[in-house]
Amino acid sequence: MRKSLTTRQIVAEWIIENLIRLCGISAILFVFGIFFFVFREGAPLLFGEGGFDLIKFLTSPEWYPSSNSNPRYGILALILGTASVSCLAVLISVPFGLGAAIFISEFCGPKLKEGLKIVIELLAAIPSVVWGFIGLTLMKGIIESVFGVPFGLTVLNGAIILALMCLPIIVSISEDALRAVPDSYREAAQGLGATRWQLIYRVLLPAAKNGLLAAVLLGVGRAVGETMAVLMATGHAVNIPIDGTPPYFHALDSVRTLTATIAAELGETAQGSPHYRVLFLIGIFLFCITFTINLVADLVVRGIRKE
Amino acid sequence: MSEPDPNYSVNVRDFSLWYGDFQALKNVSLNLRDGIITSLIGPSGCGKTTLLRSFNRINERYGNVTTSGEITILEKNILDADVSLPELRKSVGMVFQRPNPLPVSIYENIIFGLRIHSDRKDLRRSEMDEAVETALRQVRLWDDLKDKLKNRATSLQLEQQQKLCIARLLPLKPRIILMDEPCSALDVDGTRAVEELMVSLADDYTILIVTHNMAQARRVSQECIFMLLGEIIEHDRTEQIFLSPRNQKTTEYIEGRYG
Repeated sequence: MRKSLTTRQIVAEWIIENLIRLCGISAILFVFGIFFFVFREGAPLLFGEGGFDLIKFLTSPEWYPSSNSNPRYGILALILGTASVSCLAVLISVPFGLGAAIFISEFCGPKLKEGLKIVIELLAAIPSVVWGFIGLTLMKGIIESVFGVPFGLTVLNGAIILALMCLPIIVSISEDALRAVPDSYREAAQGLGATRWQLIYRVLLPAAKNGLLAAVLLGVGRAVGETMAVLMATGHAVNIPIDGTPPYFHALDSVRTLTATIAAELGETAQGSPHYRVLFLIGIFLFCITFTINLVADLVVRGIRKE
Repeated sequence: MSEPDPNYSVNVRDFSLWYGDFQALKNVSLNLRDGIITSLIGPSGCGKTTLLRSFNRINERYGNVTTSGEITILEKNILDADVSLPELRKSVGMVFQRPNPLPVSIYENIIFGLRIHSDRKDLRRSEMDEAVETALRQVRLWDDLKDKLKNRATSLQLEQQQKLCIARLLPLKPRIILMDEPCSALDVDGTRAVEELMVSLADDYTILIVTHNMAQARRVSQECIFMLLGEIIEHDRTEQIFLSPRNQKTTEYIEGRYG
């Protein structure tokens, strides 16, 4: 039996329903709004404003945006800066992250597990500027004394700081993936006499591989998009850390990343100037990279669910 | 302690087991005869699965397990601290309630045991192929699956999965096979097929099966153990238990007054 609603109730229902609907679609509106704004500021260059050359933009290592006579906007050094710091960070954080996830899900007792999870969440809650601070002071000193280099704000410094920042994402998503492996697999393997180690590398890692891959990709996404910490820790020098002399990759060089360039320079450019537009174009470029990475990670995770 | 009788493959003396403070098994003593099927029956929570899972010590996965007493398998007390669990589980195989093939190919499922128990360099392709064929023939799956060995084992029908789970124990040449309600996830035909398989394997292996299904215990086992509240009430030939049980509680359970 249903009592008919009064007019007041009908109006209240309508308001609440639409309010909730608005909240729901606002996320989409914001994303499109941001994309639209960034694109509007950077796009004129793509349509050839001021004789802009996209190929040169992407492949020239010359970044002299504030030269009076001949400003040049080549972001190759910045791309390689971002790539080198991110790759090294992922190389450092993946083994630690996977190891920690395996330990948490398979080895430690319930109390230690809770404790570790809280600590890892805390690690995720540290603001990036604080990480930058650690890079700028503590890590700089350590790198200078360990490697005997005169200046400790380097690719390695930024990569270590970034690795610590990616770690919580990699650990928590990998741990979810390992926990999602049905217990019957563990019983089956142990029932056949598998040791813990055999269980992990023969059964758990293959069974959880999609989730683990997604964890790594999201870690990469975080590494590419991070700004403040790398701005403070990498030395902020436009420089390509790769060249033809051994060891080919110079982790103890200073570099500058795409994100750090935007953060450092945008405040000093005149709105609408070529320099301003180039910085927005870098933003579009970054947006595309992280969007692709997140999309791939998402598809990979969906792949698991289907199985 | 008396000398273990060679006709028995498992001797249990005064075995008790606790989960934390809860005593699940109380001073259990029994002998399992070699080369026959023994069934373990009793109402839910009586400890029959716990007892079964003590024989390959897979109970210990849950952590808070303490035990006392002795379980002698192949002249060795398996509760000793120096027992190697991989070796124990190699000679005491286990089939679980729900078929649990690993998410790899049929072929890899069957040689999984060989892979984890031997060095990589000692495994020759021809040996592995032979082991797979022998094991699949023993469980009568070879003709159905010989062309699909590369398929994922998890895509098989449940009956085939369960037979595969039995087959993957065989390359390790176990002495004892433990089965924890192996047919409870199967339909009538699947149950019949797996039961026939058990009977055909009984000559070469000692089989211990936990079952809720009294008719099944009657069909497949030569000896039967009735348990209640963590204790063994009666252990005798299966006909004896079902036709003229000695204990009043056994009679009542078999007549279906509780359980």
